[in-house]
Amino acid sequence: MSETKFVGTPKKVTTHVNQNEDLMFEKSSPGKKGYRLAELDVPAVDAASLLGGSVRTDLGVMPELSEIEIVRHFTRLSTWNYAIDLGMYPLGSCTMKYNPRVNELVSRLEGIAEAHPYQPESLSQGALGIMKLLSDCLIEITGMDTITLQPAAGAHGEFTGILLARAYHEAQGNARKKILIPDSAHGTNPATAAVCGYQVANLKSNAQGMVDIAELERMVDEDTAALMLTNPSTIGVFESEIHKIADILHAKGALLYMDGANMNALVGKTRPGDFGVDVMHLNLHKTFSTPHGGGGPGSGPVACKKILEPFLPKPVVVTKADGTLALDYDRPQSIGRVRAFYGNFGMFVRALAYILANGPDGLRQTTEDAVLNANYIRAKLEDTFDLQYKTRSLHEVVFSDKRQAKNGVKTGDMGKRLIDYGFHAYTVSFPMVVQGAMMIEPTESESREELDLLIDALKQIAREAEENPEVVTTSPHTTRLRRLDETTAARKPILRWKPTPNGTADSSALTPDTAAKEW
Amino acid sequence: MRYLPKSPADRKEMLAEIGVSSIDDLFATIPEEYQFKRDLAIPRQHGESEIIDRFREYANQNATGYASFLGAGVYRHYRPVLIDTVVSRGEFLTSYTPYQPEISQGTLQAMFEFQTMICELTGMEIANASMYDGSTGAAEAIMMAVRVTGRDGAVIARTVHPEYREVIATYAQHQEIPLAEVGYAESGRVDLAALDAAINDNTACVLIQSPNFFGTIEDVAAIADIAHKKGALLIVSIAEAISLGIVKPPVEADIVSLEAQSFGVAPSYGGPFCGVIACKEKFLRQMPGRIVGETKDADGKRGFVLTLSTREQHIRREKATSNICTNQALVAMMTTVFLTVYGKEGMKDLAVQNLAKAKYAADTLGKGAKVLFEGAPRFHEFVLDLGRDAEAANTALLEKKIIGGLPLSKWYPELGPNASLWCATELTTKAQIDAAAEALK
Repeated sequence: MSETKFVGTPKKVTTHVNQNEDLMFEKSSPGKKGYRLAELDVPAVDAASLLGGSVRTDLGVMPELSEIEIVRHFTRLSTWNYAIDLGMYPLGSCTMKYNPRVNELVSRLEGIAEAHPYQPESLSQGALGIMKLLSDCLIEITGMDTITLQPAAGAHGEFTGILLARAYHEAQGNARKKILIPDSAHGTNPATAAVCGYQVANLKSNAQGMVDIAELERMVDEDTAALMLTNPSTIGVFESEIHKIADILHAKGALLYMDGANMNALVGKTRPGDFGVDVMHLNLHKTFSTPHGGGGPGSGPVACKKILEPFLPKPVVVTKADGTLALDYDRPQSIGRVRAFYGNFGMFVRALAYILANGPDGLRQTTEDAVLNANYIRAKLEDTFDLQYKTRSLHEVVFSDKRQAKNGVKTGDMGKRLIDYGFHAYTVSFPMVVQGAMMIEPTESESREELDLLIDALKQIAREAEENPEVVTTSPHTTRLRRLDETTAARKPILRWKPTPNGTADSSALTPDTAAKEW
Repeated sequence: MRYLPKSPADRKEMLAEIGVSSIDDLFATIPEEYQFKRDLAIPRQHGESEIIDRFREYANQNATGYASFLGAGVYRHYRPVLIDTVVSRGEFLTSYTPYQPEISQGTLQAMFEFQTMICELTGMEIANASMYDGSTGAAEAIMMAVRVTGRDGAVIARTVHPEYREVIATYAQHQEIPLAEVGYAESGRVDLAALDAAINDNTACVLIQSPNFFGTIEDVAAIADIAHKKGALLIVSIAEAISLGIVKPPVEADIVSLEAQSFGVAPSYGGPFCGVIACKEKFLRQMPGRIVGETKDADGKRGFVLTLSTREQHIRREKATSNICTNQALVAMMTTVFLTVYGKEGMKDLAVQNLAKAKYAADTLGKGAKVLFEGAPRFHEFVLDLGRDAEAANTALLEKKIIGGLPLSKWYPELGPNASLWCATELTTKAQIDAAAEALK
């Protein structure tokens, strides 16, 4: 580990021992076992005679380890991760909030975890009841008319929502050709439009970082299927002319799609259904506290207005005349299925537990605290960092590295240096409408004390950028590993472990790929 | 509200520091007419014990205490205790996508281990770090084959999970990928002659499932031959990953789309599960989803990073290989622990136990019913013709606290109303099988 070079004294962190741990394959040795099966209570079989030519004889480098080694392996690996449980994740538009533990407990109750998606409806009333109550809550929160819980993540929700828009237009006789997407949008928006067979038309933001109304008016025509709008936008600003935006689209028969990534700024304070949105997705793994788990699972319910209801993915949960719940597959205009079964059900359980823990007062207070936190950070740091858009922030604030870049210190460097001070980096270089963006979303889960630690750390880093820029540009200094060579990783991909021919352990590089250079 | 770490005084002082007099000033950019003034009409705030009580009530309204013979893409296997031990660690549970590799090495190394084991199990050269599930993974694999071959059609076996086929149809329609279906022979396997006839010069790929929806193991080599002779890729979908412990991996395939739910993931009424795409190395640039790669840090130490991200939406936007962003990372972590616990010997032993249970179940239940598709090897599922209406038979079984096999007429009307799909795993006991056979007499 290289020598730590703090300018000030970091309040949050000190260095500690970090254990090394090889890959599990390098620790494996023949004959070790981490399992014991139950006694077989039926006659044993000869696999080779049952399967003939289809029988497998070798499982290659699959590991052989005992239970204690497995526990230590994963426990040691876990200590190399940053996590919400260790501190703040100021990642913008990611809404890294606290993941309540009671949610984990209830999702593991036997009748819930062991429920098979094909068990009879009469024996699934609990599962359907969870889906029904969650749906009702999310409809009320968004102000929309109806919902599907089937999409597995936010981008999958976008896919579903745009397919709903497409089916709606097709039912009117013309699927239309293009989707408008602001230049501040998340990359999944244009990627989704493409997967749904639409062209992407880029909509430039105005000087306030908001939708340019005049430009929108020019661009919306009879070929426009929808505008995909993130509100509040990725710079954390509410589109205050949202009603005009909706009117312009609706006048030409186009729909307003809202990317709900930033819904944590709105819950209980305003409702997309009330301000003209036709269809939107929610990220249960952002706004509704289901754990991010190192990148997933998510869940991306899509709420919409009545006009889109006939097209919802099937099945939908319905209440029968006798009051019991059922799955309705008889949906002739449905866009079809977007996923097998009914969605990431385990996430529905957690999201509903979160809603119950909060109630209407808790959800409103949550939103208010999230916005309070972002504005507190903004107030404390706007003298230190450049703020391109001065419009009032909601749940996140986007600074830029403009002042520090003069000394060669970029947003990515300061993000890495933040790691030395015990924080995860903020979102680096996004949104693209802000050159050198430093996008910060604290969420409601941070105490004033933790916010002050972050503010303190960012001020120290700004001072370092003036007095000792190299300490920032070569950071992090306190982590187990220093900056990783991502270029070589992409040019000579090593994507799995392989034993070397002489029996010693080594990873195996694929053939160098020159194509990577063009990217 | 117990999740909110602020005192009333904190809030007041922070508002003063910001320079506003009330919290509503911070929401002033929302036009007045859209400000929501009433309470949301949702259940009131619950105490922790009330939440648990409420979900216990829900849990009790679901089937508990039943013997179940359901499989059909969601399998009940024993889940070693270590899985929850590991994924309950906040460092894994509450971490973000590992975009900052210096503080994400735990997740990244485990994902690299996951990719390695998936390659080893499927016989493929590379694997990604997960997809949403087996159904969307299969759809993405087809889109990948279309990009690789420059052709635009897909031939799909009727023995692929019917819900997977529905998902593929949803994805394919707007990509303008024409889909053709190919039926099954008397053996329950893909009809090879019909397959040969269905592939044309425009066929990008053939998609099969093995073991297929009926539990039958396909002749992957023969199907690969037919596909490859006509320049099409072969995609093999695997819904029951445990089969890979004893069934030869589909090495002849070009792309494998695996649903890894069986590796220690609860049925959970259908999700979250763990899809993954594995393929030949030469298709790397067309692979969707996140991939972890090995590299070195500035001091030359081994480390891992998310790599080849120029395929992905956050770099390429509308030109990305897929719109996927969030994947199923924590579920992939669960499968990684499962595979480590069972390991090289255990995966085989476990798969063989499944074979044994299914053999006993088919033999025993087959005494009062006809086992269909006897002409080909199978793993742990089989189709029974009960000789009477399968729905009615299941209703009668419920009285004995038994959930029978899945009636098939909804998706396979050609099999008649009496056919159902049965599954036995290592958790199915002899007593349960005997009781079901007795009840069906």
